[in-house]
Amino acid sequence: MNSSDPLLRLRSVSIRFGGLTAVSGVDFEIASREMVGLIGPNGAGKTTVFNLITGVYQPTEGEIEFYAQSLIGLKPNALTRLGIARTFQNIRLFPSLSVFDNVRVAMQVRNPHGMLSALWRGKSFCAGEKVVEKSVMELLSIFHLEGMRSDAATSLPYGAQRRLEIVRALATAPRLLLLDEPAAGMNPAEKEELKELIRFIHEKFEIGILLVEHDMDVVMGVCERIVVLEYGKMIAAGSPEEIRDHRAVIEAYLGNKVEDDWNEEVADA
Amino acid sequence: MSLKGGKRWLLLGFLLAVFLSWVSGFLNPYDRGVWIDCGINVILAVSLNLILGYTGQFSLGHAGFMSVGGYTAAKLTLVTVALIPASFHPLAFVIACLLGGLAAAVAGLIVGIPSLRLRGDYLAIVTLGAGEIIRVIWQNTEAVGGASGLSGIPKSTTLGWTFAFAVLTIYVVLCLVNSTYGRGFIAVADDELAADAMGINPVRYKVTAFVVGAFFAGIAGALYAHHKQTIVPTGFDWLKSVDIVVMVILGGMGRTPGVIVAAILLTWLPEQLRVIADYRMIVYALLIILLMILRPQGLFTFKTRKGASVS
Ligand SMILES: Nc1ncnc2c1ncn2[C@@H]1O[C@H](COP(=O)(O)OP(=O)(O)OP(=O)(O)O)[C@@H](O)[C@H]1O
Ligand SMILES: [Mg+2]
Repeated sequence: MNSSDPLLRLRSVSIRFGGLTAVSGVDFEIASREMVGLIGPNGAGKTTVFNLITGVYQPTEGEIEFYAQSLIGLKPNALTRLGIARTFQNIRLFPSLSVFDNVRVAMQVRNPHGMLSALWRGKSFCAGEKVVEKSVMELLSIFHLEGMRSDAATSLPYGAQRRLEIVRALATAPRLLLLDEPAAGMNPAEKEELKELIRFIHEKFEIGILLVEHDMDVVMGVCERIVVLEYGKMIAAGSPEEIRDHRAVIEAYLGNKVEDDWNEEVADA
Repeated sequence: MSLKGGKRWLLLGFLLAVFLSWVSGFLNPYDRGVWIDCGINVILAVSLNLILGYTGQFSLGHAGFMSVGGYTAAKLTLVTVALIPASFHPLAFVIACLLGGLAAAVAGLIVGIPSLRLRGDYLAIVTLGAGEIIRVIWQNTEAVGGASGLSGIPKSTTLGWTFAFAVLTIYVVLCLVNSTYGRGFIAVADDELAADAMGINPVRYKVTAFVVGAFFAGIAGALYAHHKQTIVPTGFDWLKSVDIVVMVILGGMGRTPGVIVAAILLTWLPEQLRVIADYRMIVYALLIILLMILRPQGLFTFKTRKGASVS
């Protein structure tokens, strides 16, 4: 690992599902601590890119590297151990576990203990559990979830569930965080809070973030750079300002709609 | 169940086992036999609960693993009983039980690694098949008596030992459940993909639960063999596995105390129904159907599980 290596690098990554090429020759990099947006119309392949980066799918072609180390062939849990964590477009918390244990189960990847120590329950086991419990409580209180720690995770209000899913991902101590449409289903006030939250995470945890989001206001508001997909192909990449004025992006997003809609939408951003 | 007091509970349980082995002298042989059956079924149900209840893996092979433990231990004591002095027989019996458990654990590993990649119904079918294969192997192995099985096994299983092994099973399962293992098991049962994304290797966790469960099923088989003194392959068919599954479902999946009560109740109840002779199994089956309809969440479940304890 070299400090000049990018955090993540995709090199002409493609994946085909039968006859459908869901992602085709995608090339981009994320520097460490960079905040990058990934946008595109429905079905453009954004979630599929996430699934490729996290090992859910293996690319048909191309190379994915994390600090110059190839990720090809690695399973999702191994990638989490390397330092890649994610949230899901459709919230996937563990319904049988409490809020507290949803976070704790994610944290155990960095704090494993053996079976014998779990059975013997000696001093080091108890001390280890204490440390983890304390870190979980710290994380929960940073994100104002400590009051709900004993509740079943799926009994939380929608916005809190989204937040908990982000906290759970952070509990694995990632260096790259992938957020798949965190603003989906949120009202404008919640979206404002979310923007603050993402900026805060970026500052506080000093990690790279790849954000998939349909809400232009959120993407333009927090990302340093934006990558645009359409039909699995990268059609543009650049700063929010560049993307805002990009001809192909406007067409991809609007299709047969008038250009003014787009201008109106990005004007708020 | 308190965590830090865990070892204290274990000690208390073993002391109780010693006390019980004294009490069992006053019981008539029939009652003693029923209580031993209860203990064996508690071990079977609690260990299957680890696989089925906590980890969510529908296994129909538990009777198969039980038979591996039973045959291994019985063969071992039958061979050694003539070679060692009588005062060592109890020790040989306990060692045979543990080795029976180990043999079953190995069988669990061999069955688990390829089949636990499958889910739901497919896993049920494959484990059912594996259990039947194990049974057919016994049936065709002359060294273990073929279709007529093994008989003349020493009657070494006592109420005390059964209780002690039941306590050990419950202790191990509760310790695992209240550790990173248990939280991983539950996460895998809830959402395998999300668990994988949180750094939990689903296959490893499932195989772990499967092997630990099989180990205790093997011990139960060993106790069973030295209790009935005769074992035949047909005693370990898939219907026996279904019996254990029913105990876990009735007790409430992933709720150890409920599963213990259900195992005892479902052992004791058929015995009480002996008076109605031929109608016994019909009434028993009807009772189970009724319970499933009235309390699908498990007999003793009053609130939703929130996973392991929360600080
Ligand atoms: N496992 C799969 N098998 C077959 N096709 C798939 C699979 N996963 C995704 N696809 C297809 O790949 C394309 C891209 O889907 P993807 O979910 O990545 O889009 P997206 O950009 O995330 O869209 P949205 O904004 O709606 O979430 C779609 O046409 C989808 O149907
Ligand atoms: Mg998507």
